[in-house]
Formats: sequence, structure tokens, C-alpha cells
Amino acid sequence: MKAAHEGPLTFAEVQPNDGLKAALARKRPDVIAEITRSGLRGRGGAGFPTGVKWNLAGAASGEEKYIVCNADEGEPGTFKDRVILSQYPDLVFEGMTIAGYVVGAKRGIVYLRAEYTYLLPQLESVLAQRREHGLLGHNILDKGFDFDIEIRLGAGAYVCGEETALIESLEGHRGEPRNRPPFPVDTGFVRRPTVVNNVETLAWAACILARGAEWFRGFGTEKSTGLKLFSVSGDCERPGVYEFPMGISIGELLEEVGARDAKAVQIGGASGHCVPRCEFHRTIAFEDVATGGSVIVFGPQRDMLKIARNFLEFFTEESCGQCTPCRDGNPKLLEGVRLLEEGRCSMRYLRDLIALGETMRVASKCGLGQSSPNAFLSIVKHFPQEIMGRTPQAV
Amino acid sequence: MLVTERERLSEELRELAEAYGRQRTALLPMLQHVQRKYNHVSAYTMQVIADLLDIHPVEVHSVVSFYAFLGDKPRGRFIVRLCRTISCDLAGKDRIARQLENDLGIPFGQTTGDGMFTLEWANCLGMCDRGPALLVNDRVYTGVTAEKVHEIIEECRAEFGLHALRKKEEQRA
Repeated sequence: MKAAHEGPLTFAEVQPNDGLKAALARKRPDVIAEITRSGLRGRGGAGFPTGVKWNLAGAASGEEKYIVCNADEGEPGTFKDRVILSQYPDLVFEGMTIAGYVVGAKRGIVYLRAEYTYLLPQLESVLAQRREHGLLGHNILDKGFDFDIEIRLGAGAYVCGEETALIESLEGHRGEPRNRPPFPVDTGFVRRPTVVNNVETLAWAACILARGAEWFRGFGTEKSTGLKLFSVSGDCERPGVYEFPMGISIGELLEEVGARDAKAVQIGGASGHCVPRCEFHRTIAFEDVATGGSVIVFGPQRDMLKIARNFLEFFTEESCGQCTPCRDGNPKLLEGVRLLEEGRCSMRYLRDLIALGETMRVASKCGLGQSSPNAFLSIVKHFPQEIMGRTPQAV
Repeated sequence: MLVTERERLSEELRELAEAYGRQRTALLPMLQHVQRKYNHVSAYTMQVIADLLDIHPVEVHSVVSFYAFLGDKPRGRFIVRLCRTISCDLAGKDRIARQLENDLGIPFGQTTGDGMFTLEWANCLGMCDRGPALLVNDRVYTGVTAEKVHEIIEECRAEFGLHALRKKEEQRA
């Protein structure tokens, strides 16, 4: 196990452009088969199998296709993409180029969140270098394949991390998620087949082609293969970016980062789940506690209700306002948390709030709305003794 | 706005539209350019952009009002955005917020009288391991303490106005 501040990540050990060379030397279906065999799943959090996505986009009809790199890393507690983009940008661009080759796309777009604007000059210079070295542009590595990448900036909307909202934003609209289906792989950017992959997914894809699917499968579990970067913050001794195999238990992870006395840990950011101490034996994997890599540690002194309030304030602000359960549900839950804080919430009303949260889970249009009540519901479930019958705190 | 100013702005926007391909996908990059240069997107600008891209001005306004980093009200030369999301909250962002309000003399959401600073909240800046974090325009500050707030603000002031002029003169001498 490696941590960013202790030693280099796997990304540093992979020879630059080995993956790209290996991919371009092979037939497209072979490359897709390699990715499928590796079991790589979307590292942004949703965990969709990357090989399947590439295959669908490759099979979609039409000449014009796009590869979009989702660098709109907005999930609270997540910063691994920032580290990847500042330290290993070549791997990401390499992954995009490989995806372009297998899918048959000529253009790639990086959607970089506005908060990371300061990374732009460095990324642009890396792109320029790649063009100079024949790794981007016309006739890449003399294989007769053309591909180029441009960077587009976001404008400060969390919801644009959702792939269809991101596409809407690229097209010059409000970042409001679309109904799915149709999925971006056949109706994406400007209605053309589009692959939207997370920064980390693309970097791993490049590594897999350099080292082989078997190497990647050697880490992790049956359903969640490979290594994963984790962004660890909150009440721990050593916050930062860590690399662990999938399937690591929460307890082991906390041990590594120096958070033995943690009372609870939020896995998956604001849209994830709050896991209490008694469940620290659970594992971080798509089949157990899924995450895009965000781990926020809460020490024994923390007030869980205040944490729930922070998350709900976040969602109230970041809801795009398109569908009712999310737009009106989040302010209602937030109001409920304020009542609880003041000690003025009846058990009957709390049950209503829980039922509202469950409705939001099933009735919201996109992932943001569906996952927005998670933190509240898990905190209410696991910390009832902290929540009911409070006396208002003297200010 | 003076007629000549309007003409100059329209011309600038026309060139911008040509550069980005005069289609709907050009909207966000154009708005970002305007926001960066003029600190806001005025009603007049929205109208011109709408004409250039052949869409209704309300469409442009709906986009401007959607994104946190775009706005139709003039903001300060320096936009200070303090992260209020969970990790920065745990790291003590409340005290930084109080100190920013004290040192700038404005509450969150407002601009100082001299048009230098706008104070705003931000949602997760992706600096969770080094909070509290804040953004001044594109620049990131991490591990901010209440004492450092003053330094950060002075650093900004030194870039503009009389201070900047003096600095230049010193360098020349």
C-alpha cells in the first residue's frame, strides 16, 4: 500500500506512453477486450464497467464521436483528480487518446471545474508538448490515427459532474441533467456518441494497457478489481491522497491514515454514506460501500447533526432545481435538521422526514437528487441518541 | 454606457463569437471571457451574445444565473471565495469567515465600497486535505488561519492602485 506522501503512486511507475503504444499496435476490439478483462469500473463513483462503455460507444453508428474527460471533481472531500491532473496529466491525456482510438473519436474534451482554473496553463503546455511529440494531432505515432484534445472550463456547478449535466453545460446550456436513456454513448455531446470518463478511470486505462489486464486483476476483489485512489480528509493525523486496492476494510484504511479513534466516517462524499464505528469492518468496494474515493473522518468530539446540516446546506445550494423531490426535498430536510438542533422535532415529524428522504431517493431525476438524502438518513439511523431531545445550545 | 463603449464591446463580442464558431457551444466560453474581463455579464452583453448566437436573450440570462462563477451584478476586482464544505468546516472555517468579514468590513455576498473585494462562499474547492481553503480569483490559499487573512488581503491590495504604482516606481528607481 502506498500513500502519496510516502512514496510514488503506481501512476509514477508506469512508463509514459507505453499504454498508448501498446494500444495503437493492436486492433480496436482487442484493446476493448483487454479493458473489459481487467474489470476496470468507473472511478468517479458510479462504477460503470469501462470496457462496456467503450464498446457501446464504439459500436454506435456515426462518424463524429467524442471522448469527454470529467474533471469536474466537485464531490465534497474529493481531491484525487486534482493530484492526478497536477502530477500525472500525461496519463490522463494518454487514456483519452486510447479511448479515442478504440471508439473512433477524433476529438476529446476535458471539462475542468472552474475552481481548478489555476491548473489550466500547465495542462495546456502538456497538451502542446504532446502535439510536438506526435502523441496528439494528426497521424499519431505514424499509425494514421488523428485525435486532439481541448480543455473547457466549468463555471461552478456541482451538478455538472453528472455526465448528462456536464454535456448540457458543454453545449452551452444550464447544467440540468437529461433523462437517461438515451445514454451519452449513443446520444451525447451535440447528440453524437460520447464517452464520459472520470480523470482517474482514464489514467488507469492507460496503466492497464501498459501492464496488462492480469496485473490489474491481481488487486482488489472479484467484482471490484484493481487499485483506487482515496482522498482522505477530516479528523485524521495524515490527510492526503492514498492508493489502496479495492476491497480494503474501513478499519484498515483508518489505521493507515492515523484515525484510530474515529467515531464515524463519511464514505463517498456528501452523496455517500456515513458509516459508524460498529461497521468499520465493512469493505470499500462496489459490492459493499461504494465510493468515488472520498473518505471524511469524524473524530469522537464531532456533532453529527451539524455534519448533516452542512451536507444538506450543500445540496440545497447545488440542486439544479429541475425536479421537485430534490429542489424542495433538500430545504425541507435542512429545516428538519434545524428543528432537531433546537430540540423541537417530534418523533412523528422525524419519521415524516425519513419518509421524505426515501421518496427523494426513488423519485429524483439524477444521481444528485437520489443520493442527497443519504447522509441525513444514515446519520439519523446510526446516531439517534445524539439527535432527539436536544436542548438548544447557548450561543 | 457610452455609445462608443457599446460599439467597442459589440465588436469584441463579434470577434469572440467568430473565434468560438458562432454556435450554442460557444456560449459558455464567451460568457467566461466576459466575466473574467469585466467582472460581470451585463444585460447589454447578454443581448448582443444572444443576437450573435441566434438565441433568445432569456436563454443567455438563464445560463448566467445558473452558474456560481457567472453573474449579472458587478463584482469586485478580487473575488474571495471561502470554502464552506465539510472538511474545511471541520478545519475551522467559521473563524476564517468571521475574520474575513472583520477585515473587509462586509458580510458574505457583498462587495466593498471601493469595488476591490467581493466576499462569497464556495462549495468544496477540492483542497479538503489542507483546509481551511479559499480562492482569490484563480489563486488558491490553503491552511488559512485567522491571522493570515490580513496578509492575503494586503497581498491583493498591493497588486492594484496606489500600492502597485509605488512598487513600480521603486523598481524603476
